[in-house]
Amino acid sequence: MADYVSALLGGMLIGLSAVILLLANGRVAGVSGIAGRLLQGVQTATGTAFVVGLMSGPVFFRLFFGEWPAIQLSANWPFIIAGGLLVGYGSRMGSGCTSGHGVVGLARLSRRSLAAVGTFMGTAVATVYLMGFFQ
Amino acid sequence: MNRIAAYRVVAALLSGAIFGFGLALSGMLNPARVRGFLDIARDWDPTLGFVLAGAVLVSAAGMALMRRMAKPLLDSRFHLPETEVIDRRLIAGSAIFGIGWGMVGLCPGPALALLSPGLPAVVLFVAAMFAGMAAHDRLQGARLWNRA
Repeated sequence: MADYVSALLGGMLIGLSAVILLLANGRVAGVSGIAGRLLQGVQTATGTAFVVGLMSGPVFFRLFFGEWPAIQLSANWPFIIAGGLLVGYGSRMGSGCTSGHGVVGLARLSRRSLAAVGTFMGTAVATVYLMGFFQ
Repeated sequence: MNRIAAYRVVAALLSGAIFGFGLALSGMLNPARVRGFLDIARDWDPTLGFVLAGAVLVSAAGMALMRRMAKPLLDSRFHLPETEVIDRRLIAGSAIFGIGWGMVGLCPGPALALLSPGLPAVVLFVAAMFAGMAAHDRLQGARLWNRA
């Protein structure tokens, strides 16, 4: 399957997942929000179920295609720790990440989410650009 | 747990599984790919733009359905954020998030999904991510819009 076709199909499944959570439970499929509430002990049953489901995704992929999806992670450990801290802190401070603001927020035409996506895409692009000078 | 609450757990499990499979199929679980998508100034790989496009398209159809429903199937009301103010917290938080995302190529959904192949680097990233979330809540006070 061509890469852009699997990207489009995968994206549509992500959208379907958000639609199921919205129409069944009335909730936004925002992963940083779900993870943050788990950390606070709020909505633990549905939150745990969602995360277990999320983790089962690559397993189903493996059952289906006979191998794990490609994973190339080149960042060294200090960068991984710093990146994780920033992703955790920033997504909670900004009330969302790629899923909540990106997938659900943009589909709702939320002005806040549009501003959030524009901002994090901007700093992510700038970060990759700047890091390129040191590699 | 009453029956409706149990159905909500099943719906969350199903939603998470489809989300995780979609991530795996889309290429979003590959941090090098994500960083290639973000590297617009050099060797840009636009493929992952199709992920966002497909997701937003289907999600928008769900929004249109939602507007015709008085309430969700398994709850008494829709829990959507009500604030529309673009404030400093939103912009600063998103800016910080983007830096971390660009550094590693992982955001929260893919990071949690990737716990199943169990790479040590991903486990470390997730631990740091939860530490960052806990640090935020301790320093800023927990401000989640839909705790109920």
